[in-house]
Amino acid sequence: MSSLIDAIPREFFWLFGALIGLLAVASTIGAILIRRPADEKKAASRANLVERINAWWVMVAILAVAFLLGATMTLILFALASFFALREFITLTPSRLGDRLPLALSFFVIIPAQYVLIGVERYGTFAIFIPVYAFLLLPSIAALRSDIDDFLSRSAKQQYGLMVTVYCLSHAPALLMLPLPGGPGRAALLLFYLLLIVQMSDVMQYVFGKLFGRTKIAPVVSPSKTVEGFVGGGLAATGIGAAMWWITPFTPLESAGVAAIIVIMGFLGGLTLSAVKRSLGAKDWGVMIEGHGGMLDRTDSICFAAPIFFHVVRFFFTA
Amino acid sequence: MRLMRPSSALLVGIVKLLVGAYARWIGTTPSATQRIYFANHTSHIDTLAIWSSLPRSLRMRTRPIAARDYWGKGLRKYIATRGFGAVLIDRAREDATVDPLEPLRASLREGDSLIIFPEGTRGATAIPARFRSGLFRLATEFPAVELIPVYLDNLHRSLPKGALLPVPMVCTVRFGAPLAPGAGEAKEVFLERARDAVIALADPGVHA
Repeated sequence: MSSLIDAIPREFFWLFGALIGLLAVASTIGAILIRRPADEKKAASRANLVERINAWWVMVAILAVAFLLGATMTLILFALASFFALREFITLTPSRLGDRLPLALSFFVIIPAQYVLIGVERYGTFAIFIPVYAFLLLPSIAALRSDIDDFLSRSAKQQYGLMVTVYCLSHAPALLMLPLPGGPGRAALLLFYLLLIVQMSDVMQYVFGKLFGRTKIAPVVSPSKTVEGFVGGGLAATGIGAAMWWITPFTPLESAGVAAIIVIMGFLGGLTLSAVKRSLGAKDWGVMIEGHGGMLDRTDSICFAAPIFFHVVRFFFTA
Repeated sequence: MRLMRPSSALLVGIVKLLVGAYARWIGTTPSATQRIYFANHTSHIDTLAIWSSLPRSLRMRTRPIAARDYWGKGLRKYIATRGFGAVLIDRAREDATVDPLEPLRASLREGDSLIIFPEGTRGATAIPARFRSGLFRLATEFPAVELIPVYLDNLHRSLPKGALLPVPMVCTVRFGAPLAPGAGEAKEVFLERARDAVIALADPGVHA
């Protein structure tokens, strides 16, 4: 998995050019809006808009990195995302002295190892490394310190954090190791497809929720999620997915189905991690930790959608 | 040129990766005014965290105080003096005739800002121990220098006393409003007030 420059599909230049143009327009509008006088509520939703546009720029940057600098840079980028997401999770999770070594190993050994396994295309080891080896060995190391206070609850929380922020998230760049018909450039387009649907679904659910949202799905866990927003936004994102079939190995109908799976998993990711952070006593990963962006707020949908998307593609569409 | 820029930048990068060191300017704003930042002390990263959280222009004129017995030899000395321009202080008072505060006064006279830990040693809890008198002495000798309370959270979990490996955690560095000893205010009263100013910057529920 060296540089993919030789294998850049032509679609890339179309997508890239179109997205840069669209984003430049969106950013210009955002910059004009934010300078205009507004009441507090309006100003907040404008700031929110600018934040979303910036998230798009990041996504386009990832796409550019994946293609132009190759798989290694993409893996480093996602490894850093895992690092920051796990750092956030562990900051909010109670830990004791006995957890220090397993935690340090999670950050400095397990994260690099998981992404190196993708880089050297060891699918068999990549798929079981954290669920088997980290699962068995990390709590054992903690147990050797004979500190039993809340032992099960402590290890369970740390394991959950590791599974979501490292294992699940690493399935997004792992798409690059799938042997797809048409060469390695196709896999990078699939990574882009995943990120695009997840983001589109997020934006569309937000828009539909603002316009038509009435019936709350889980008011305690996530007050902003409504049936109308989810159905309207989900269908819109599924439609966009179907329309993007030409960059994937799917037929238009298959592409709609796969996009629907991504939409549903992304929705469940946002909902479930919202329940997790509320049970840790936080409303927002980014608010609880003042002044910090909130990596998990950005990646919660991808963490849930990536593994399922990866397996669907691997099972049905690889060469 | 006191600081070697590449090693400083590398040091700041590592600190930000490990603990974030996000600055929160609660009671004041970043300013080139000569200042003494005083903070709670729980970890060897404290010094670096405060220093890294400052804007770069201020960092160049702000010198942390570090204990000579820990930071005074080998690689640590290189990091302390070349990396973050530390003023080394003789905590153990090996030479009883020299006032350990003397190097601090020299730096203040040169116009530098300082980062100090008035507890004198690292504690194990989120709430700082009693402050020692050095802060009061410097405050009365240099009345023009602003005293800024600083609270560091989470570092006692990231790299507590006795630990070798840091566990990455998000740390915020909270800067409070300046305070100064009142006319005729007793030393103990002022030190308690300074300590309360640091504690007030902690989260409401922190008692670990």
